[in-house]
Amino acid sequence: MTELSKKRPEFRNINAFKDLTTYRLPLAGWVSILHRASGGLMFILLPLIVWMFDTSVSSEISFERFSSAFSAGLGFVPGWLFKLVVLGLIWAYLHHLIAGVRHLYMDMFHAVSKEFGKSSAIATLALSIGLTLVLGAKLFGLY
Amino acid sequence: MSVNYGSKRVVTGAHYGLRDWLAQRITAALIALFTFIVLAQVIFSKGPIGYETWAGIFAAQWMKALTFVVFVALAWHVWFGMRDIWMDYVKPVGVRLALHIFTIVWLVACLGWAVQVLWRL
Repeated sequence: MTELSKKRPEFRNINAFKDLTTYRLPLAGWVSILHRASGGLMFILLPLIVWMFDTSVSSEISFERFSSAFSAGLGFVPGWLFKLVVLGLIWAYLHHLIAGVRHLYMDMFHAVSKEFGKSSAIATLALSIGLTLVLGAKLFGLY
Repeated sequence: MSVNYGSKRVVTGAHYGLRDWLAQRITAALIALFTFIVLAQVIFSKGPIGYETWAGIFAAQWMKALTFVVFVALAWHVWFGMRDIWMDYVKPVGVRLALHIFTIVWLVACLGWAVQVLWRL
């Protein structure tokens, strides 16, 4: 019997809070699950992204509305929270982009060794988190 | 070895073979390329970035055409990703179908809005 034809065990009783939190992921695993999480986050916030595109390019007046969302807030959402959400989107985009480039690189050069998996995962996390911190500091006016 | 093709194929919902895999990567490459084009125009613009500079980036006809293509590529790319997420975590067929429909409606609505913004610039 070959590996493939054996019936693989299935686990359907995984508790998201009790079991998932005890799993220890390698760094490449973190890059992978965060790739998915960041994609999902951007999907959910897509209307906000289109709203920002709309208000920022449509007219001078709408551009004012766009920039005041960061300072004075938007509706019931205070400015700092709006900034925090946008920072979340910045992280999501950076992580998704860099992890995606890592994927494309691996596809093209078949670079799927264990060592490359780990070192490129470290590079992905360092770059995405580092750039998020730099841009976040700018967003919150630290420099 | 159990048969998993022809009439014995186990249908799980995704398209089989190379097409989706390739389309996911080509749309991803387009989005990445577009990101760098916009980023370059922002970085190499002179002075503080106000409304004029920012809207000016999207005003050129070639940029409009490119942006349109990337919007379509983006919606398509998100469809692959979200479909994979639903297929991995949501097993009941009815719930999964509802989530697939929600995803398509959400994406097409956002795409329509974004395209409208683009073409009235």
